[in-house]
Amino acid sequence: MKIGVLALQGDFAKHESILRELNVEAMQIKYPEELKICSGLIIPGGESTTISMQMDYIGIRKKIIDFAKEHPVFGTCAGLVMLSTQLEDSRIQTLDLMDITVSRNAWGRQVHSFVDDVSLSFSNSKPFGAVFIRAPKIDKVGNDITVLSEYQSEPVIVTNGKHLAASFHPELGNDTRIHKYFLELIND
Amino acid sequence: MKKGIYEVKVGLAEMLKGGVIMDVTTPDQAKIAEDAGAVAVMALERIPADIRRDGGISRMSDPSMIKEIQDTVSIPVMAKCRIGHFAEAQILETLEVDFIDESEVLTPADENNHIYKHNFKVPFVCGCRNLGEALRRIGEGASMIRTKGEPGTGNIVEAVRHMRSIVNGINRIKTMNNDQLMAEARDISAPFSLVKEVAETGKLPVPNFSAGGIATPADVSLVMQLGAESVFVGSGIFKSENPQKMAMSIVQAATYYDNPEKLAEISKGLGSAMKGLDMSEIPEDQMMQDRGW
Repeated sequence: MKIGVLALQGDFAKHESILRELNVEAMQIKYPEELKICSGLIIPGGESTTISMQMDYIGIRKKIIDFAKEHPVFGTCAGLVMLSTQLEDSRIQTLDLMDITVSRNAWGRQVHSFVDDVSLSFSNSKPFGAVFIRAPKIDKVGNDITVLSEYQSEPVIVTNGKHLAASFHPELGNDTRIHKYFLELIND
Repeated sequence: MKKGIYEVKVGLAEMLKGGVIMDVTTPDQAKIAEDAGAVAVMALERIPADIRRDGGISRMSDPSMIKEIQDTVSIPVMAKCRIGHFAEAQILETLEVDFIDESEVLTPADENNHIYKHNFKVPFVCGCRNLGEALRRIGEGASMIRTKGEPGTGNIVEAVRHMRSIVNGINRIKTMNNDQLMAEARDISAPFSLVKEVAETGKLPVPNFSAGGIATPADVSLVMQLGAESVFVGSGIFKSENPQKMAMSIVQAATYYDNPEKLAEISKGLGSAMKGLDMSEIPEDQMMQDRGW
């Protein structure tokens, strides 16, 4: 099994090292044709304006949407913004893969970025140390969305049974549980 | 809830990887940079090429100008303070800039001491010319390192020299035995704990970007192939013939830096890059890279 990590911009290398820790083969994706050999795709943290633009430059947007019909996609932070349906921001064209409404940088500028414990509904052995960096907020979720984790009554990890999105960065640090959950979505 | 700790400071630097940080002096330029795909903008009153031309003392930008740029774009906004000028840094922190560049482009305020950056919630980026300088800045709390290059010249030669020097420095200590590391720490004037960490991991503990003289997509490719994880472009964009086009091409080059065919396509019809300066044209006392230590 090969997992693609979209490597247009952002902390894609951090996702690769988590996947390696889980003994899963990771592959950087920069070109549309590279998606063919992947069983899942991760869209990393970074700047969503840049990632959205680079998708159009190389013509990978439609390929990702087609890929997502067959395979799970996991987005973190900017990746979550890209997966959303509704965004009050004309600078970014989202992929419309998950029925969530998102506002960018809603937790504040960098001086308000923070680390705190969140609990995971699928693994309650111990809390997860979540790193929020200029993080987006999920304002509204559709009927097919399950909230897997909340922080201060805001959903921070969501799934529609196929795709997965986190508003923080599970790739920063050594806790592999959220990536493991994504791998289970692929195996289902 | 923990704010301003190492993880979130270095975390933002991680998010900027594979991207381009552009110098801008007005909200209009900031908009051009964001629309071209910049991952962040550096708000400053004059770009380095103009600072070099005008002379005089160069200081932190007017807070109202920084604020206007923050209101214009959604991407991170960085700003520069003078080397050692922690009061400017404190002011920039209250403005909630996303990163502070303690920069040799501005006139230094302290010839002996850099800012103790651990005291701040906002992350800092600092310039360096070699591994020792990089580790001194990281020891003081920098969350990101960039080459100094020679700002405002459009000449890549110094950034290349500095990037090679950092990479050579890392390779050198990687092959050393533990009993050689203290002498190396003494020789390069760097904290022992960081020298030991680099010897073990084979890389800097924080992201390593390049700056100072980048003017074309090919320049981006060169420094990234030499080991830079991202680039700062100062005068190279708004001193070129077609800033919009140059900005977009430089962003594309940061992703496809390892693909010469793509770079050929990206480099087509950009108009002329900034004119630039040869190092021999710069009087020695006007070399910005020699500011700080």
